[in-house]
Order: sequence, then C-alpha cells, then structure tokens
Amino acid sequence: GAMGGSASLLPQDLLGEYQELTFLSRQEILLAYKRFSELLPKEERESACSARVPKSHILTLPELRANPFQHRICRVFSTSETGDDSMSFEDFLDMLSAFSDSATSDIKSHYAFRIFDFDEDGILDRKDLEQLVNCLTGQGEESRLSSEEMEQLIQNILEESDLDKDGTINLPEFQHVVSRSPDFASSFKIVL
Amino acid sequence: RDSEQAEIELLSGWEKQKRTSSKSLKKALSEVKGLASYLVLWQNDIHSIEGKFGNGIQSYFSFLRFLVLLNFIIFILMFSFVTLPIIISKYGIFNSTIAYIPPKNIEGNCTIYEPSDNEGLVYFYTYLKDLFSGTGFLEVTSLFYGYYTVDAVWISITKYNLPLAYLLATFAYLTLSFVWIMKRSAKGFMQNLVHEADPFQSYCNKVFAGWDFCITDPSAAQLKHRSLRYELQVDLEEEKLRQKIAERTKEEKLRIYSLRIFINIIVIAILSGCFYSIYRVTAFSQENSSDTENANSQANLLVQYLPSMVITLANFIGPLIFSFLIRFEDYTPAFEIKLTLMRCVFVRLASIGVLLFTLWSQISGCGKDKCEPCGYNYKLYPCWESDVGQEMYKLMIFDFLVILAVPLFVDYPRRLLVTHYSCKLIQWFGLPEFQLSDNVLEIVYGQTICWIGTFFSPLLPAIATIKYFIIFYVKKAILIHACEPAPRPIRASGSTFFFLAVLLIGLVLAFIPLAVSIALIPSSKACGPFRNFNTSWEAIPDKIREYPTVTQQILFGLASEAFAVPLFVFICIVMFYFIALARAHKRVIEQLREQLVLEGQDKTFLIRKIAEAQK
Repeated sequence: GAMGGSASLLPQDLLGEYQELTFLSRQEILLAYKRFSELLPKEERESACSARVPKSHILTLPELRANPFQHRICRVFSTSETGDDSMSFEDFLDMLSAFSDSATSDIKSHYAFRIFDFDEDGILDRKDLEQLVNCLTGQGEESRLSSEEMEQLIQNILEESDLDKDGTINLPEFQHVVSRSPDFASSFKIVL
Repeated sequence: RDSEQAEIELLSGWEKQKRTSSKSLKKALSEVKGLASYLVLWQNDIHSIEGKFGNGIQSYFSFLRFLVLLNFIIFILMFSFVTLPIIISKYGIFNSTIAYIPPKNIEGNCTIYEPSDNEGLVYFYTYLKDLFSGTGFLEVTSLFYGYYTVDAVWISITKYNLPLAYLLATFAYLTLSFVWIMKRSAKGFMQNLVHEADPFQSYCNKVFAGWDFCITDPSAAQLKHRSLRYELQVDLEEEKLRQKIAERTKEEKLRIYSLRIFINIIVIAILSGCFYSIYRVTAFSQENSSDTENANSQANLLVQYLPSMVITLANFIGPLIFSFLIRFEDYTPAFEIKLTLMRCVFVRLASIGVLLFTLWSQISGCGKDKCEPCGYNYKLYPCWESDVGQEMYKLMIFDFLVILAVPLFVDYPRRLLVTHYSCKLIQWFGLPEFQLSDNVLEIVYGQTICWIGTFFSPLLPAIATIKYFIIFYVKKAILIHACEPAPRPIRASGSTFFFLAVLLIGLVLAFIPLAVSIALIPSSKACGPFRNFNTSWEAIPDKIREYPTVTQQILFGLASEAFAVPLFVFICIVMFYFIALARAHKRVIEQLREQLVLEGQDKTFLIRKIAEAQK
C-alpha cells in the first residue's frame, strides 16, 4: 500500500544509514519519510531526501502545531544556511531522533538546553528563564504570571540549579538538574 | 553524521567489529520490538489519550490495562490447575476419574449440604435473582468453592492432588501479583527516592520538564497552559505559606494542634460509625437471607445487597466529609491532598476488612454450643467458603453496576444540564471532573475484592477481567464526552508510583483475610477439597508427610523457629548494609556536586586569564 510505495522511494542504503545514525527504528523512519513528503508539493516528492521544507509547512504538523516551543525547535534543528529555519529530511530525522523514546538523556538535555536558550548565547540567564516561563503559561496577557511571582519563581529556579552562583545556568548545571528530574524523559518526547 | 564518521575512523579494527555486531544486534532487537508493539493491547487508544489529556491521565489507563492482563493471567492460572482437571475427569477424557474419599471421624451432621438447585418450574425472576446473588443454580457451578468437592483426580495412572493444587495455585497467584507489582513500581520507587532526597528540585522539574511534548491538540494545549500556570502559582503560594507557618507563635501552634486533635477524633468517630453500620447491616443481611421463608420474596435481593450498598455509600460520603474537614486543619495544600487520600484509602480497604470480620464472627460464632462437632456454625453455613465467595461476588457485581451507572446517570446528564441551562443552581454544581485519585481507589478496591474472592470463587478473575475491559471503554467515553480534567494537575512520575503503592496496600490487606481463612478457620466438612483436613492449610503438611523422613525433617525445620529467627536477623543485617550503602552514595553525590561548582569556577578563572593574556 502507501507504506510500500514510500519504502521504494527511500533507498535501502539510506534507510540503513539513517537507522545507524539515529535512535529511530525502521518503521519510525519510514513513517517520518511519509509525513515529510506529505508536507512537500507534489512535484518535489520524488526528491524528498534533498528537498527543504519551509518553516510554515513544518509548523502545520500536529505534533508541533500546539507546541509553544515550535519556533525554537525549528531554529535549533534547522541546518539552513540562509537562516530561514527551513528543514531538510535529515534535519527532520535529527529532530525526531532527539525526541524519540530511545534517545539518551544526554542528547535530550543537550537539545533541551539549546531550545530553551532563546538568545542563543550558550547560557540560560534571567531573560531566557522569563521567556521560558511565559511560553509555559501561555500566550496572552492574562495567562502570564505577575512580575512578583515571576521574580520569586526565577529566584527559586536559580537557587536550585545555579551551582556556581553566577546568576546563569550553563550546560553542565542544566544537565545535572535535568538528570535528577523524574518527568523529563517522559515529557521531552515526540512520537509520530 | 560527520561526527559519527570521524569517531568511526578513530576506532581500531577490533572495536569496529564489536561495533558492527552490536549494531546488527540492536537492529534485530528493534525489529522484534516493532512487531511486538502491534500486539500490545490498546496501544493506539492510550496514545491518543496521552495526546489529548497528558501524561497523568494516560498513566491511569495504562494502569487499567495492567490490571486487565494481571486478572487474565490469574484466571488462566486458577482455571488450568483447579477447574480444568475436574472438567477433564467429568467427561472422562484421558481415562480420568474423580476420587471421593469418604470423610472419617466426622460427625454426620457436619457433612449435610444441599444447595437448592432449582428444579421443576420456576419463574424467570428466580434465575435473575440467582444470577445477581450467586445462589440457586449459580451455587452449584464451578464458580464457587462448593463445586470442588473432590479429593483427587486420577488421570490414567497418575494421581492429581486437587486440594494441594488448589492451595498452591492460590499462593501462586498472590506471589505473581506481588512480584509483578514490585517490578513495575521499582522504577517509580527509585525515582521517588531520588526525588525525596532532593525536595528542592520541584521548581526546576516543573519548569524544565513541565511541557508535555506529546500534546497534539490545541485545546489540550490550552488546558496544559492553564494547569501549568495554576500549579506554579499554587507552589509559590505554598512556599509563602510555609514561611508563615515557620513564623507561628506559641499560642497559635497550641490552638492549631488542639484543633487538629479534635478533628482527628471526629474522623475516627465517623470511621467507627461507618464500620459499625457495616457490621450491623452484614449481620442483619446474613440472618435474613438464610431464613428460607423470605427466600423468594422481592425484598430478599435487596437485603442480600445491603452490605454492598452500605459500603458504597460509606466510600462515597467518606471522601466528601474528609475534604470538608481538612480545610480546618490548616495544612499546606500538598499535605492536605496526601492526608485526605490516605484517609480515603483507609475507608475503602478497611470496609472490606470489616465485612469479612463480620462474616467470620457469624461463621464461627455460635450461640449455644452449635459449633461443637465441626468448629464452625454448620447449621447456618454448611459450606461457609461458598458463602464468603457469594459475598465477594455480590460486592464485585454491585461495584461494577455502580461504575457503569454513575457516568451514565450522573456525569453525562450533569454535563448536558450545565452546558444547556445557565440557571445559577445548576452552574454551581459545575461540570463533572475526572478525579484521578477517586477513580484509582475505585479500581484498587475492585482488585482487592478479586484477590480475596479468588480463593473462594476460582472463576472470579474472569469476571474481573471482563469488568476492567468494559470499564476502560466506559471511562474513555466519559473522559472524552463529559468530563473536564481536574484543575490540579497530576505528574506522571508521582502518579504511577502512587497507583502501585495503593495496589500493594490492597494486596497486603487481601493477604491477611486469606491467611486467616486458610490457616485458622476450620474448613467446611460438607463441601470443597479440604473436607478431610482440619483447616485448608493442612493439605500441605499432609503432603509433606508422604516424603522420605529426611526431606520431612528439612521442610518441617524450615517452618520452625530455629530457622525463622536467624533468617530474620540475616535479613536485618542485609537491610542495614543497603541503608549504609545508600547513605554513602548520597555523600558521594554531594561531593560531586561541590566538584561541579569548583569546575565552573576554574573555567571562569581560566577564561579570565586567557582574556587578560590576549590583551
């Protein structure tokens, strides 16, 4: 059926290579290929492996549509040189691999750090944390925490995770805090 | 990909070989896993529930699936070792026959047992009544203990010791349940321990791991945003409250403690009231239903179901009263929830205990020396195990009916009313909520009844499997069409551990009545596989006496104090060793943490030096 059709479009050696380089299983890669090619216009579907899908199309995926971090995810996983956050099939697989069930907690925390780093300066400072909390509580004025609550919350977060007391969270501190977090593995997961 | 290629080139030839072989093994395993995922029950349903409602509610449905499988396997166990041999021999397959050993040294009166199987013309109503109360035609089927009045089954030339098999199958299903639950909870328990060790991680956990990336539905995402905001606000408030509590003055403390003691006394009084009423109602129901004059009247069915109704009422009212009272005790919100939950668990499970205790006092309580010949009240309860099985059967059926009726007649109309009429009174009721803890307690209660009842009614797990199977679809339907998830969000890690912990409490509580019935109360002499023994437990020592003397001495030695006390001391030593190990690990974690801080400081120092050197 449709599965067999897309399998013949994805060459076997590429399939094997993808299986080795990512955490995804064979079915997951084939399903990803099917969903990716559906995002492309009909003419480009043949060369899906080398095509790039613009960001607006990626965001129509149900798994990303409702996600408050959708823009950051596209930015982090996109390898586009023009900075338009478009994703190729390999970027797409990279993303699914990092979010899969079998990805190690190291990989997940590494990508989570990059996603939460809104200003991309390699550390999570107060501004990043504020934006992070606003993403969590929802867009819209009435769904934000008051500035007093935000202060208290950021103070608590930094108390718990900032070990060297420099007012920011760097990657090792973030990974340490996340490794003690029991919910991280089950919530940082996207399955098609 | 580039980094992986570079890595591969750096490895030596032998390591390349190991790598390719481990990769092909991984591939093979993932193929098998892929195939196996097709066979998992309800995989798609649970996945879609996770997407719409998040992790907490999904863990409830996974728990339901676990119970369906557990009950099915218990049923297979009991059926193949207990019921199947009898069925085989009744039809004479494999040249099998049933051996009835006539009871010796037992007074004739004890062995009279005539279950009233309906003969001749009866009303259809009688069949319905029998179906619901487990009497009449159901009493003589393999559903209840009385059917298994068999001493041994001869299959060709081998003797199948049915009493021993019955007893061992009971222990097997208890052990199986225990091991399976422990295995499932091991992961959650470890995480809970780690979490407990560091209670200050809660904010980071909520913020960094707060968003459920599995959510695909925009309206579910809105719900999640709301619940996250609510949870963060509640936690911040709680922190402020805790600071306030720490600053309480002496008089305030005295006032609050005395208030708490007073409320706890009220709670105990209410609980005693509930238990006493269960006791009275059970005694009343037992006395009236054995009265054959009323056997065919309409009210008899009502009387038989009275204990179930009272227990369900207590289970319904109890939580309401507790959540009302706890407001006066001025605890932090998190502790409030835990304490109310503990009290509700206690009410649910203890009410079964009270019911069983009442039954036993009826069975072994004799007015004037009626118990002499047989050790139990043989006039009223010629086959008391079947009676206990019938009570468990009635409890299970009633529980099932209530679980079906409440969504149908209460939740769904409530939703219709609230969405279509904006009258103030109706709006005050509000939309029905999917209260996770209440639902979990409901099914743990049902499972405890199943565990206790399986010894007295070997086919009960089959009914439980069907019951949980149907409940899955009913709960799923009510969740999608009628309920709003509770505003207080549940985290997945905490919930799985909580469910399994409550289930484990249920299992331990189920074990106690079974141990009492098997080992202390004399088995009925008129029916069942244990009529030639004093108590049901005696089947095992009896079997051991057939073994050679050496084995006998070893096995009896294992059961004596000379063995048990050193074993206990040894287990204590092992436990202390593990506690010391855990403490040492905690200290290592602290040291590593400090090292992490030093590394960070080193890094900033070096970067500063480099910057200076560059200038």
